[in-house]
Amino acid sequence: MPLHSLYIINKAGGLIYQKDYTDGIAKLSSNEYLVLAGTFHSIHVITSKLSPIPGSSGIEVLETDLFKMHCIQTPTGTKFLLVTDPLQANVDALMRKVYEVYADYVMKNPFYTPEMPIRAELFDLNLNKLIKQINA
Amino acid sequence: MQGTPQPRATAASNQPGARAKAAGEDIWKNRTDKINAELFTLTYGSLVAQLVKDYEDYAEVNTQLDKMGYNIGTRLIEDFIAKSGLTKCGSFVETADVISKIGFKMYLGITPTITNISQDQKEFSLILEDNPLAEFVELPEDAVRDGLWYSNVLCGVLRGALEMVLLQVECNFVADVLRGDEVTEIRVRLVKVLDEEVPAADE
Repeated sequence: MPLHSLYIINKAGGLIYQKDYTDGIAKLSSNEYLVLAGTFHSIHVITSKLSPIPGSSGIEVLETDLFKMHCIQTPTGTKFLLVTDPLQANVDALMRKVYEVYADYVMKNPFYTPEMPIRAELFDLNLNKLIKQINA
Repeated sequence: MQGTPQPRATAASNQPGARAKAAGEDIWKNRTDKINAELFTLTYGSLVAQLVKDYEDYAEVNTQLDKMGYNIGTRLIEDFIAKSGLTKCGSFVETADVISKIGFKMYLGITPTITNISQDQKEFSLILEDNPLAEFVELPEDAVRDGLWYSNVLCGVLRGALEMVLLQVECNFVADVLRGDEVTEIRVRLVKVLDEEVPAADE
């Protein structure tokens, strides 16, 4: 029941991080990833507007027969997308851990510029550690 | 995208105040790495002293401290949310409660008292009974006279952190025991709730 990919989208809808964690995932061009992120960002806005009850969040889960996509938007507007196996359990707890790793190794790095693409070795390293446990 | 864009403590709670207090204490006890208090206060002290030397103007030092705080706040907020797991607040008064009982508790180990909430509930004061930044500090006379707010970094932190959760605030010290006042008081005023669809970074 593996975790396939992680996407991080900034508050303007730009993709700032994308990683695949299992083999056999179709690779897209970097431009296509950006389009994907931007489109998801728009869908997120549209779904929250569709809500019959004002103040709803946007889309949180997208489910297909072969994968599930989980989305959380933090109160600061950053979105984390996890693409997992449909049977993956405890995604909420995992999501929280990913967010903590992000808070630690991205936001607390004084040389990281907020909203920009994430290139941080420590972040990669700690994420890999976390996800290896899940995918083991 | 409409509704209540303020940070809210846990979804359903009968006594949000008591719950925030317990949550703050739990995070402080179990999930916060502690450092030596002397190293912390001395680091901050030498930072302020160096700014005073470099700028030779206390008003400018206040501004610089506020700017530094702002930069800290915009980053710290992610850690705050990640560790506390909080979502949106129902009201600005609730925000005040969360700032005091969870925010200050988590990072400084203190719980400032909230007082003087204005009629329209858009302003409140934080009274710091104990200020870890100022533990060994005695301000020189000219610093008092020319209006140095020694712990001004805190205002910046609050401003930066709240802006990231779409609350634009004005925040400043109005009294400080270091300056001979009876209490140390930070005044926070909600300017407006920012629109979610405008990225704050574009302002």
